[in-house]
Amino acid sequence: MMLADSASRGEPVTPIAGGTDVMVSWHHRAKDKLTLLDLSRVRELAVMEWTGVGDGASLTLGGLTTYWDVMQSREAAAAYPLLAEAARQVGAVQIQTRGTWAGNVGNGSPAADGVPVLMAYDATVTLASVRGRREVRLDEYFTGYRKSVRAADELIVAIRLPPPTWGVQWFHKVGARRAQAITKVGVAMVRRAVVSGQMSVTRGHAIPAPSASRRSAVVGERASGAPDAAGSWRVVANSVAPTVVRCRMLESALDSGRIFTRPDEIESLLAGDISPIDDMRSTAVYRRRVLARLIYHRLAQSA
Amino acid sequence: MANSANDRAGPGAGESGATETFNMSFTLNGAPVSRRVPLDARLLDVLRYDCACPGTKEGCGEGECGACSVILDGLLVNSCLVPAFQAAGRVVTTVESVAADVASALNVTGTSQCGACTPGIVMSIRWLLERPEIASNVDLREFLSGNLCRCTGYDGVVAGAEAALTLRGIPMRGVARPGPGDRGGSRP
Ligand SMILES: Cc1cc2nc3c(=O)[nH]c(=O)nc-3n(C[C@H](O)[C@H](O)[C@H](O)COP(=O)(O)OP(=O)(O)OC[C@H]3O[C@@H](n4cnc5c(N)ncnc54)[C@H](O)[C@@H]3O)c2cc1C
Ligand code: FES
Ligand code: FES
Repeated sequence: MMLADSASRGEPVTPIAGGTDVMVSWHHRAKDKLTLLDLSRVRELAVMEWTGVGDGASLTLGGLTTYWDVMQSREAAAAYPLLAEAARQVGAVQIQTRGTWAGNVGNGSPAADGVPVLMAYDATVTLASVRGRREVRLDEYFTGYRKSVRAADELIVAIRLPPPTWGVQWFHKVGARRAQAITKVGVAMVRRAVVSGQMSVTRGHAIPAPSASRRSAVVGERASGAPDAAGSWRVVANSVAPTVVRCRMLESALDSGRIFTRPDEIESLLAGDISPIDDMRSTAVYRRRVLARLIYHRLAQSA
Repeated sequence: MANSANDRAGPGAGESGATETFNMSFTLNGAPVSRRVPLDARLLDVLRYDCACPGTKEGCGEGECGACSVILDGLLVNSCLVPAFQAAGRVVTTVESVAADVASALNVTGTSQCGACTPGIVMSIRWLLERPEIASNVDLREFLSGNLCRCTGYDGVVAGAEAALTLRGIPMRGVARPGPGDRGGSRP
Protein backbone atom coordinates (compact mmCIF):
# COMPACT_ATOMS: atom_id res chain seq x y z
CA MET A 1 0.00 0.00 0.00
CA MET A 2 1.40 3.31 -1.07
CA LEU A 3 0.65 5.06 2.21
CA ALA A 4 2.60 2.43 4.09
CA ASP A 5 5.55 2.63 1.67
CA SER A 6 5.75 6.39 1.93
CA ALA A 7 5.32 6.38 5.66
CA SER A 8 8.09 3.82 6.04
CA ARG A 9 10.38 6.07 3.96
CA GLY A 10 9.48 8.90 6.30
CA GLU A 11 7.74 10.93 3.61
CA PRO A 12 4.66 12.72 4.78
CA VAL A 13 1.68 11.79 2.65
CA THR A 14 -1.60 13.63 2.81
CA PRO A 15 -4.71 11.63 1.97
CA ILE A 16 -7.25 13.62 -0.01
CA ALA A 17 -10.94 12.75 -0.19
CA GLY A 18 -13.31 15.62 -1.07
CA GLY A 19 -10.46 18.11 -0.87
CA THR A 20 -12.63 20.79 0.72
CA ASP A 21 -10.08 21.30 3.47
CA VAL A 22 -6.90 20.33 1.59
CA MET A 23 -7.62 22.46 -1.50
CA VAL A 24 -8.45 25.69 0.33
CA SER A 25 -4.79 26.59 0.78
CA TRP A 26 -3.79 25.05 -2.58
CA HIS A 27 -2.43 28.17 -4.18
CA HIS A 28 -0.29 28.96 -1.17
CA ARG A 29 1.15 25.51 -1.41
CA ALA A 30 3.55 26.02 -4.30
CA LYS A 31 6.69 25.23 -2.35
CA ASP A 32 5.28 22.53 -0.09
CA LYS A 33 5.88 19.62 -2.43
CA LEU A 34 2.87 18.06 -0.87
CA THR A 35 2.41 14.40 -1.75
CA LEU A 36 -1.27 13.64 -2.06
CA LEU A 37 -2.82 10.21 -1.86
CA ASP A 38 -6.10 10.27 -3.78
CA LEU A 39 -8.77 8.25 -2.01
CA SER A 40 -11.62 9.30 -4.29
CA ARG A 41 -11.46 6.19 -6.45
CA VAL A 42 -11.29 3.61 -3.71
CA ARG A 43 -14.65 1.93 -4.16
CA GLU A 44 -14.64 0.12 -0.82
CA LEU A 45 -14.55 3.45 0.99
CA ALA A 46 -17.65 4.74 -0.75
CA VAL A 47 -20.23 2.49 0.80
CA MET A 48 -22.63 3.53 3.53
CA GLU A 49 -23.81 0.34 5.17
CA TRP A 50 -26.47 -0.91 7.58
CA THR A 51 -25.75 -3.80 9.92
CA GLY A 52 -28.54 -5.74 11.59
CA VAL A 53 -32.25 -5.42 11.09
CA GLY A 54 -35.15 -3.35 12.35
CA ASP A 55 -34.65 -1.24 15.44
CA GLY A 56 -31.28 -2.83 16.17
CA ALA A 57 -29.81 -1.81 12.83
CA SER A 58 -26.77 0.41 12.96
CA LEU A 59 -25.04 2.56 10.38
CA THR A 60 -21.48 2.53 9.12
CA LEU A 61 -20.32 5.54 7.13
CA GLY A 62 -17.60 4.71 4.62
CA GLY A 63 -14.37 6.66 4.46
CA LEU A 64 -15.78 8.55 1.46
CA THR A 65 -19.36 9.06 2.67
CA THR A 66 -20.26 12.72 2.12
CA TYR A 67 -22.66 15.05 3.90
CA TRP A 68 -24.82 14.91 0.80
CA ASP A 69 -24.96 11.09 0.91
CA VAL A 70 -26.41 11.28 4.42
CA MET A 71 -28.81 14.12 3.54
CA GLN A 72 -30.10 12.09 0.61
CA SER A 73 -30.62 8.91 2.63
CA ARG A 74 -34.06 8.88 4.24
CA GLU A 75 -33.05 5.97 6.42
CA ALA A 76 -29.90 7.62 7.73
CA ALA A 77 -31.66 10.92 8.39
CA ALA A 78 -34.53 9.19 10.17
CA ALA A 79 -32.34 7.02 12.39
CA TYR A 80 -29.67 9.63 13.10
CA PRO A 81 -31.38 12.98 12.62
CA LEU A 82 -28.47 15.02 13.97
CA LEU A 83 -26.26 13.78 11.14
CA ALA A 84 -28.65 15.27 8.62
CA GLU A 85 -29.05 18.46 10.67
CA ALA A 86 -25.31 19.03 10.97
CA ALA A 87 -24.76 18.12 7.31
CA ARG A 88 -27.19 20.83 6.21
CA GLN A 89 -25.18 23.36 8.17
CA VAL A 90 -21.78 22.47 6.73
CA GLY A 91 -20.85 25.09 4.14
CA ALA A 92 -23.38 25.00 1.31
CA VAL A 93 -24.45 22.38 -1.24
CA GLN A 94 -21.20 22.61 -3.22
CA ILE A 95 -19.27 21.71 -0.05
CA GLN A 96 -21.78 19.11 1.12
CA THR A 97 -21.51 17.14 -2.13
CA ARG A 98 -17.73 16.78 -1.76
CA GLY A 99 -16.95 17.03 1.95
CA THR A 100 -16.69 13.71 3.78
CA TRP A 101 -17.33 12.79 7.41
CA ALA A 102 -13.94 11.08 7.54
CA GLY A 103 -12.30 14.25 6.18
CA ASN A 104 -14.02 16.27 8.91
CA VAL A 105 -12.52 13.90 11.51
CA GLY A 106 -9.18 13.74 9.64
CA ASN A 107 -8.88 17.50 9.45
CA GLY A 108 -9.20 17.70 13.23
CA SER A 109 -10.53 21.24 13.45
CA PRO A 110 -12.04 22.17 16.82
CA ALA A 111 -14.74 23.96 14.80
CA ALA A 112 -15.76 20.83 12.88
CA ASP A 113 -19.55 20.43 12.74
CA GLY A 114 -19.68 16.76 11.78
CA VAL A 115 -17.53 15.60 14.68
CA PRO A 116 -19.78 16.76 17.58
CA VAL A 117 -22.85 14.91 16.34
CA LEU A 118 -20.84 11.75 15.60
CA MET A 119 -19.32 11.95 19.08
CA ALA A 120 -22.69 12.51 20.71
CA TYR A 121 -23.88 9.32 19.02
CA ASP A 122 -20.91 7.38 20.47
CA ALA A 123 -19.33 6.84 17.05
CA THR A 124 -16.14 4.84 16.60
CA VAL A 125 -13.46 5.35 13.97
CA THR A 126 -12.02 2.38 12.08
CA LEU A 127 -8.35 2.93 11.23
CA ALA A 128 -6.59 0.68 8.75
CA SER A 129 -2.96 0.19 7.76
CA VAL A 130 -0.79 -2.69 6.57
CA ARG A 131 -0.60 -3.65 10.23
CA GLY A 132 -4.33 -4.30 10.27
CA ARG A 133 -7.43 -2.55 11.51
CA ARG A 134 -8.26 -1.04 14.83
CA GLU A 135 -11.28 0.67 16.20
CA VAL A 136 -11.03 3.84 18.29
CA ARG A 137 -13.83 5.63 20.08
CA LEU A 138 -14.23 9.07 18.53
CA ASP A 139 -14.29 10.65 22.00
CA GLU A 140 -10.79 9.21 22.53
CA TYR A 141 -9.51 9.99 19.02
CA PHE A 142 -8.29 13.57 19.41
CA THR A 143 -5.25 14.14 21.59
CA GLY A 144 -4.80 17.89 21.15
CA TYR A 145 -5.21 20.73 18.67
CA ARG A 146 -5.29 18.96 15.29
CA LYS A 147 -3.62 15.95 16.90
CA SER A 148 -5.04 12.46 17.00
CA VAL A 149 -4.20 8.84 17.71
CA ARG A 150 -4.06 8.15 13.95
CA ALA A 151 -0.60 6.98 12.85
CA ALA A 152 0.88 8.48 9.67
CA ASP A 153 0.22 5.31 7.70
CA GLU A 154 -3.34 4.80 8.87
CA LEU A 155 -6.48 5.69 6.94
CA ILE A 156 -9.93 6.29 8.33
CA VAL A 157 -11.83 3.60 6.45
CA ALA A 158 -15.13 3.80 8.32
CA ILE A 159 -17.05 5.59 11.02
CA ARG A 160 -19.44 3.33 12.90
CA LEU A 161 -22.51 4.41 14.79
CA PRO A 162 -24.20 2.18 17.36
CA PRO A 163 -27.91 1.45 16.88
CA PRO A 164 -29.98 4.58 17.47
CA THR A 165 -31.32 4.54 21.01
CA TRP A 166 -31.61 8.19 21.77
CA GLY A 167 -34.37 10.32 23.16
CA VAL A 168 -33.29 13.93 23.26
CA GLN A 169 -31.32 14.79 20.14
CA TRP A 170 -30.35 18.35 19.50
CA PHE A 171 -27.69 20.22 17.53
CA HIS A 172 -27.20 23.94 17.35
CA LYS A 173 -24.60 25.93 15.46
CA VAL A 174 -23.87 29.60 16.04
CA GLY A 175 -22.04 31.34 13.21
CA ALA A 176 -21.63 34.87 11.89
CA ARG A 177 -24.22 34.18 9.23
CA ARG A 178 -26.49 31.30 8.40
CA ALA A 179 -24.61 29.79 5.50
CA GLN A 180 -20.91 29.23 4.86
CA ALA A 181 -19.82 30.33 8.31
CA ILE A 182 -17.31 28.70 10.60
CA THR A 183 -18.82 27.83 13.96
CA LYS A 184 -18.28 30.25 16.86
CA VAL A 185 -20.02 27.92 19.30
CA GLY A 186 -21.74 24.65 18.58
CA VAL A 187 -23.30 21.93 20.66
CA ALA A 188 -24.78 18.50 20.15
CA MET A 189 -26.89 17.10 23.00
CA VAL A 190 -28.16 13.58 23.10
CA ARG A 191 -29.88 11.64 25.82
CA ARG A 192 -30.24 7.93 25.55
CA ALA A 193 -33.79 6.75 25.80
CA VAL A 194 -33.53 4.25 28.60
CA VAL A 195 -36.67 3.07 30.29
CA SER A 196 -36.41 0.90 33.40
CA GLY A 197 -33.12 -0.67 32.46
CA GLN A 198 -34.28 -1.45 28.97
CA MET A 199 -33.10 0.36 25.91
CA SER A 200 -36.06 1.82 24.21
CA VAL A 201 -35.65 2.71 20.63
CA THR A 202 -37.21 5.79 19.15
CA ARG A 203 -37.21 5.44 15.43
CA GLY A 204 -38.84 6.57 12.29
CA HIS A 205 -39.51 10.19 13.17
CA ALA A 206 -40.33 12.53 10.41
CA ILE A 207 -37.25 14.57 9.62
CA PRO A 208 -37.96 18.19 10.46
CA ALA A 209 -38.81 19.89 7.21
CA PRO A 210 -35.82 21.86 6.03
CA SER A 211 -36.54 25.53 6.36
CA ALA A 212 -34.32 28.54 6.44
CA SER A 213 -35.77 29.85 9.68
CA ARG A 214 -35.09 26.76 11.74
CA ARG A 215 -31.56 25.97 12.76
CA SER A 216 -31.82 23.41 15.47
CA ALA A 217 -33.65 20.16 15.64
CA VAL A 218 -35.50 18.65 18.53
CA VAL A 219 -36.35 15.14 17.61
CA GLY A 220 -37.68 12.11 19.30
CA GLU A 221 -38.38 13.43 22.79
CA ARG A 222 -38.98 10.68 25.35
CA ALA A 223 -39.94 10.35 28.94
CA SER A 224 -36.90 10.11 31.17
CA GLY A 225 -35.81 6.83 32.66
CA ALA A 226 -32.98 5.54 34.80
CA PRO A 227 -29.63 6.18 33.15
CA ASP A 228 -27.62 3.06 32.37
CA ALA A 229 -24.09 2.51 33.58
CA ALA A 230 -22.51 4.37 30.69
CA GLY A 231 -24.55 7.44 31.52
CA SER A 232 -27.38 8.67 29.39
CA TRP A 233 -26.34 12.19 28.47
CA ARG A 234 -23.89 13.28 25.82
CA VAL A 235 -23.07 16.95 25.57
CA VAL A 236 -20.47 17.66 22.89
CA ALA A 237 -19.31 21.17 22.04
CA ASN A 238 -17.23 22.56 19.20
CA SER A 239 -15.10 25.73 18.90
CA VAL A 240 -14.69 26.01 22.67
CA ALA A 241 -11.51 23.97 23.24
CA PRO A 242 -8.46 22.75 21.27
CA THR A 243 -10.57 19.83 20.06
CA VAL A 244 -14.25 19.08 19.80
CA VAL A 245 -15.03 18.14 23.43
CA ARG A 246 -17.41 16.06 25.46
CA CYS A 247 -18.51 18.11 28.45
CA ARG A 248 -18.18 15.27 30.91
CA MET A 249 -18.69 17.24 34.11
CA LEU A 250 -21.94 18.58 32.80
CA GLU A 251 -22.92 15.14 31.54
CA SER A 252 -22.44 13.55 34.95
CA ALA A 253 -24.34 16.35 36.66
CA LEU A 254 -27.22 15.76 34.27
CA ASP A 255 -26.98 11.99 34.72
CA SER A 256 -27.23 12.44 38.47
CA GLY A 257 -30.42 14.38 37.97
CA ARG A 258 -29.15 17.84 38.84
CA ILE A 259 -31.55 20.62 37.90
CA PHE A 260 -30.16 23.95 36.80
CA THR A 261 -32.15 27.04 37.65
CA ARG A 262 -29.88 29.63 36.01
CA PRO A 263 -27.57 29.55 32.97
CA ASP A 264 -24.68 30.78 35.18
CA GLU A 265 -24.74 27.48 37.04
CA ILE A 266 -24.10 25.66 33.77
CA GLU A 267 -21.46 28.19 32.83
CA SER A 268 -19.45 27.61 36.00
CA LEU A 269 -19.77 23.84 35.71
CA LEU A 270 -18.60 24.02 32.07
CA ALA A 271 -15.40 25.77 33.19
CA GLY A 272 -14.02 22.31 33.95
CA ASP A 273 -14.92 20.99 30.51
CA ILE A 274 -14.09 23.73 28.03
CA SER A 275 -11.34 26.28 27.45
CA PRO A 276 -12.44 28.76 24.80
CA ILE A 277 -10.03 31.22 23.22
CA ASP A 278 -10.39 34.75 21.89
CA ASP A 279 -9.85 34.79 18.16
CA MET A 280 -10.99 36.69 15.10
CA ARG A 281 -14.36 34.97 15.18
CA SER A 282 -15.32 35.43 18.77
CA THR A 283 -14.26 36.06 22.37
CA ALA A 284 -13.85 33.44 25.06
CA VAL A 285 -16.48 35.16 27.22
CA TYR A 286 -19.00 35.09 24.38
CA ARG A 287 -18.35 31.44 23.63
CA ARG A 288 -18.73 30.43 27.30
CA ARG A 289 -21.91 32.44 27.82
CA VAL A 290 -23.57 31.38 24.60
CA LEU A 291 -22.78 27.71 25.11
CA ALA A 292 -24.18 27.78 28.67
CA ARG A 293 -27.32 29.57 27.54
CA LEU A 294 -27.92 27.27 24.58
CA ILE A 295 -27.72 24.27 26.89
CA TYR A 296 -29.80 25.91 29.62
CA HIS A 297 -32.63 26.82 27.29
CA ARG A 298 -32.61 23.43 25.65
CA LEU A 299 -32.84 21.73 29.04
CA ALA A 300 -35.60 24.10 30.17
CA GLN A 301 -37.50 23.13 27.06
CA SER A 302 -37.49 19.43 27.94
CA ALA A 303 -38.10 19.87 31.68
CA MET B 1 -2.91 34.05 -7.54
CA ALA B 2 -1.60 32.39 -10.64
CA ASN B 3 -3.46 33.20 -13.81
CA SER B 4 -2.73 29.99 -15.50
CA ALA B 5 -2.26 26.47 -14.42
CA ASN B 6 0.78 26.38 -16.64
CA ASP B 7 2.79 29.02 -14.87
CA ARG B 8 2.45 27.51 -11.44
CA ALA B 9 5.10 25.35 -9.94
CA GLY B 10 3.66 23.04 -7.36
CA PRO B 11 3.92 19.75 -5.66
CA GLY B 12 5.92 17.55 -7.94
CA ALA B 13 7.74 20.51 -9.50
CA GLY B 14 11.27 19.46 -10.35
CA GLU B 15 14.45 21.36 -9.51
CA SER B 16 14.19 23.28 -12.77
CA GLY B 17 10.79 24.58 -11.72
CA ALA B 18 9.09 22.69 -14.53
CA THR B 19 5.77 21.34 -13.41
CA GLU B 20 5.01 17.69 -13.88
CA THR B 21 2.09 17.02 -16.14
CA PHE B 22 -0.30 14.19 -16.77
CA ASN B 23 -2.69 13.32 -19.53
CA MET B 24 -6.24 13.98 -18.48
CA SER B 25 -9.23 12.61 -20.38
CA PHE B 26 -12.75 13.40 -19.35
CA THR B 27 -16.15 14.24 -20.77
CA LEU B 28 -16.80 17.96 -21.07
CA ASN B 29 -20.30 19.12 -21.93
CA GLY B 30 -21.01 15.82 -23.61
CA ALA B 31 -17.82 15.50 -25.67
CA PRO B 32 -14.67 13.57 -24.85
CA VAL B 33 -11.60 15.75 -24.30
CA SER B 34 -8.00 14.92 -23.57
CA ARG B 35 -5.39 17.41 -22.37
CA ARG B 36 -1.92 17.33 -20.90
CA VAL B 37 -2.20 19.39 -17.72
CA PRO B 38 -0.05 20.14 -14.67
CA LEU B 39 -0.31 17.59 -11.91
CA ASP B 40 -1.29 20.29 -9.45
CA ALA B 41 -3.92 21.95 -11.64
CA ARG B 42 -7.39 22.45 -10.28
CA LEU B 43 -10.38 21.44 -12.37
CA LEU B 44 -11.13 25.17 -12.61
CA ASP B 45 -7.75 25.85 -14.26
CA VAL B 46 -8.15 23.02 -16.74
CA LEU B 47 -11.57 24.25 -17.81
CA ARG B 48 -10.53 27.88 -18.19
CA TYR B 49 -7.03 27.60 -19.58
CA ASP B 50 -6.78 24.24 -21.25
CA CYS B 51 -10.32 23.69 -22.50
CA ALA B 52 -11.33 27.18 -23.65
CA CYS B 53 -14.28 27.23 -21.27
CA PRO B 54 -13.74 30.53 -19.47
CA GLY B 55 -17.40 30.80 -18.45
CA THR B 56 -16.53 29.14 -15.15
CA LYS B 57 -15.22 32.01 -13.01
CA GLU B 58 -12.75 32.21 -10.18
CA GLY B 59 -13.99 34.44 -7.38
CA CYS B 60 -12.41 33.40 -4.11
CA GLY B 61 -10.51 30.25 -5.01
CA GLU B 62 -11.42 28.90 -1.58
CA GLY B 63 -14.85 27.33 -1.90
CA GLU B 64 -16.77 30.29 -0.49
CA CYS B 65 -18.31 32.11 -3.44
CA GLY B 66 -19.58 29.45 -5.84
CA ALA B 67 -18.54 31.39 -8.98
CA CYS B 68 -16.65 28.28 -10.13
CA SER B 69 -19.60 25.87 -9.70
CA VAL B 70 -19.78 23.02 -12.23
CA ILE B 71 -21.55 19.68 -12.29
CA LEU B 72 -19.13 16.78 -11.77
CA ASP B 73 -20.52 13.27 -12.21
CA GLY B 74 -24.00 14.55 -11.43
CA LEU B 75 -23.05 16.60 -8.38
CA LEU B 76 -22.81 20.36 -7.98
CA VAL B 77 -19.25 21.17 -6.89
CA ASN B 78 -16.82 24.08 -6.62
CA SER B 79 -14.26 23.44 -9.35
CA CYS B 80 -11.64 25.49 -7.46
CA LEU B 81 -11.59 22.76 -4.81
CA VAL B 82 -11.35 19.80 -7.19
CA PRO B 83 -7.82 18.70 -8.04
CA ALA B 84 -7.86 17.99 -11.78
CA PHE B 85 -6.64 14.41 -11.30
CA GLN B 86 -9.83 13.63 -9.38
CA ALA B 87 -11.92 14.70 -12.39
CA ALA B 88 -10.05 12.49 -14.86
CA GLY B 89 -12.37 9.95 -16.46
CA ARG B 90 -15.43 11.75 -15.14
CA VAL B 91 -18.25 13.80 -16.61
CA VAL B 92 -18.12 17.59 -16.29
CA THR B 93 -20.83 20.08 -17.27
CA THR B 94 -20.09 23.80 -17.41
CA VAL B 95 -22.06 26.97 -18.03
CA GLU B 96 -21.08 26.85 -21.72
CA SER B 97 -23.76 24.23 -22.22
CA VAL B 98 -26.64 26.18 -20.72
CA ALA B 99 -29.86 26.07 -22.71
CA ALA B 100 -31.13 29.31 -24.23
CA ASP B 101 -34.57 29.12 -22.62
CA VAL B 102 -33.03 28.90 -19.17
CA ALA B 103 -30.66 31.79 -19.89
CA SER B 104 -33.52 34.01 -20.99
CA ALA B 105 -35.66 33.07 -17.95
CA LEU B 106 -32.78 34.24 -15.79
CA ASN B 107 -32.21 37.39 -17.80
CA VAL B 108 -35.72 38.73 -17.41
CA THR B 109 -35.84 38.26 -13.64
CA GLY B 110 -32.79 40.31 -12.64
CA THR B 111 -30.74 37.26 -11.77
CA SER B 112 -27.71 38.94 -13.24
CA GLN B 113 -26.38 42.44 -12.66
CA CYS B 114 -22.60 42.73 -13.00
CA GLY B 115 -22.62 39.05 -13.88
CA ALA B 116 -19.58 37.96 -11.89
CA CYS B 117 -21.54 35.41 -9.91
CA THR B 118 -23.95 34.51 -12.69
CA PRO B 119 -22.21 31.46 -14.22
CA GLY B 120 -22.09 29.81 -10.81
CA ILE B 121 -25.71 30.65 -10.09
CA VAL B 122 -26.74 29.34 -13.49
CA MET B 123 -24.99 26.07 -12.70
CA SER B 124 -26.75 25.77 -9.35
CA ILE B 125 -30.08 26.28 -11.10
CA ARG B 126 -29.07 23.89 -13.87
CA TRP B 127 -28.51 21.23 -11.29
CA LEU B 128 -32.06 21.65 -10.01
CA LEU B 129 -33.36 21.33 -13.57
CA GLU B 130 -31.49 18.05 -13.90
CA ARG B 131 -32.52 16.79 -10.48
CA PRO B 132 -36.19 17.74 -9.96
CA GLU B 133 -36.35 15.59 -6.83
CA ILE B 134 -33.94 18.02 -5.21
CA ALA B 135 -35.89 21.08 -6.35
CA SER B 136 -39.02 19.82 -4.69
CA ASN B 137 -37.22 19.17 -1.39
CA VAL B 138 -35.11 22.23 -0.78
CA ASP B 139 -35.70 25.79 0.17
CA LEU B 140 -34.35 27.79 -2.77
CA ARG B 141 -32.69 30.43 -0.59
CA GLU B 142 -30.85 27.83 1.41
CA PHE B 143 -29.96 25.93 -1.74
CA LEU B 144 -28.42 29.01 -3.34
CA SER B 145 -26.45 29.97 -0.23
CA GLY B 146 -23.23 28.63 -1.75
CA ASN B 147 -23.37 31.30 -4.46
CA LEU B 148 -22.36 34.75 -3.26
CA CYS B 149 -23.50 37.84 -5.15
CA ARG B 150 -22.50 41.45 -4.43
CA CYS B 151 -25.16 43.01 -6.60
CA THR B 152 -28.61 41.52 -6.67
CA GLY B 153 -29.73 41.23 -3.07
CA TYR B 154 -30.71 37.70 -4.08
CA ASP B 155 -34.40 38.36 -4.68
CA GLY B 156 -33.70 38.42 -8.42
CA VAL B 157 -31.67 35.26 -8.11
CA VAL B 158 -34.46 33.42 -6.33
CA ALA B 159 -37.01 34.77 -8.81
CA GLY B 160 -34.76 33.55 -11.64
CA ALA B 161 -34.56 30.09 -10.14
CA GLU B 162 -38.35 30.00 -9.74
CA ALA B 163 -38.83 31.15 -13.33
CA ALA B 164 -36.42 28.55 -14.71
CA LEU B 165 -38.06 25.75 -12.73
CA THR B 166 -41.55 26.86 -13.74
CA LEU B 167 -40.47 27.02 -17.38
CA ARG B 168 -39.48 23.36 -17.20
CA GLY B 169 -42.59 22.42 -15.22
CA ILE B 170 -40.59 21.39 -12.15
CA PRO B 171 -42.46 21.58 -8.84
CA MET B 172 -40.62 23.34 -6.03
CA ARG B 173 -40.97 23.48 -2.30
CA GLY B 174 -41.21 27.23 -2.14
CA VAL B 175 -39.10 29.92 -0.62
CA ALA B 176 -38.87 30.98 3.00
CA ARG B 177 -39.34 34.70 3.31
CA PRO B 178 -37.34 36.46 6.00
CA GLY B 179 -39.28 36.44 9.28
CA PRO B 180 -39.58 39.35 11.75
CA GLY B 181 -36.90 37.87 14.01
CA ASP B 182 -34.41 37.62 11.18
CA ARG B 183 -32.42 40.76 11.03
CA GLY B 184 -31.39 41.23 7.45
CA GLY B 185 -32.93 37.81 7.32
CA SER B 186 -32.54 36.45 3.87
CA ARG B 187 -30.35 33.47 3.32
CA PRO B 188 -27.69 33.58 1.86
C1 LIG C 1 -16.36 27.07 1.94
C2 LIG C 1 -16.18 26.00 2.98
C3 LIG C 1 -17.10 25.87 4.00
C4 LIG C 1 -16.95 24.88 4.96
N1 LIG C 1 -17.87 24.83 5.97
C5 LIG C 1 -17.71 23.92 6.95
C6 LIG C 1 -18.64 23.87 8.02
O1 LIG C 1 -19.61 24.64 8.06
N2 LIG C 1 -18.43 22.94 8.99
C7 LIG C 1 -17.38 22.07 8.96
O2 LIG C 1 -17.25 21.25 9.85
N3 LIG C 1 -16.49 22.10 7.94
C8 LIG C 1 -16.62 23.00 6.95
N4 LIG C 1 -15.70 23.05 5.93
C9 LIG C 1 -14.54 22.13 5.98
C10 LIG C 1 -14.68 20.84 5.19
O3 LIG C 1 -15.65 20.94 4.18
C11 LIG C 1 -15.02 19.63 6.07
O4 LIG C 1 -14.09 19.53 7.12
C12 LIG C 1 -15.07 18.32 5.28
O5 LIG C 1 -15.72 17.34 6.05
C13 LIG C 1 -13.73 17.81 4.84
O6 LIG C 1 -13.91 16.61 4.10
P1 LIG C 1 -13.08 16.36 2.75
O7 LIG C 1 -13.38 14.98 2.30
O8 LIG C 1 -13.31 17.44 1.78
O9 LIG C 1 -11.61 16.43 3.35
P2 LIG C 1 -10.20 16.61 2.63
O10 LIG C 1 -9.94 18.05 2.37
O11 LIG C 1 -10.03 15.66 1.51
O12 LIG C 1 -9.29 16.13 3.85
C14 LIG C 1 -9.32 16.82 5.10
C15 LIG C 1 -8.23 16.26 6.03
O13 LIG C 1 -8.53 14.92 6.42
C16 LIG C 1 -7.56 14.01 5.93
N5 LIG C 1 -8.32 12.87 5.46
C17 LIG C 1 -9.37 12.88 4.58
N6 LIG C 1 -9.88 11.64 4.44
C18 LIG C 1 -9.13 10.83 5.24
C19 LIG C 1 -9.17 9.43 5.52
N7 LIG C 1 -10.09 8.63 4.97
N8 LIG C 1 -8.27 8.93 6.39
C20 LIG C 1 -7.35 9.74 6.97
N9 LIG C 1 -7.26 11.06 6.75
C21 LIG C 1 -8.15 11.60 5.89
C22 LIG C 1 -6.79 14.76 4.86
O14 LIG C 1 -5.46 14.31 4.74
C23 LIG C 1 -6.87 16.18 5.37
O15 LIG C 1 -5.91 16.41 6.36
C24 LIG C 1 -15.84 24.00 4.92
C25 LIG C 1 -14.93 24.11 3.88
C26 LIG C 1 -15.08 25.09 2.91
C27 LIG C 1 -14.09 25.20 1.81
S1 FES D 1 -13.82 30.42 -6.83
FE1 FES D 1 -14.49 28.48 -6.24
S2 FES D 1 -15.90 28.93 -4.73
FE2 FES D 1 -15.08 30.87 -5.11
S1 FES E 1 -24.52 40.08 -10.25
FE1 FES E 1 -22.75 41.04 -9.53
S2 FES E 1 -21.94 39.61 -8.14
FE2 FES E 1 -23.86 38.81 -8.61
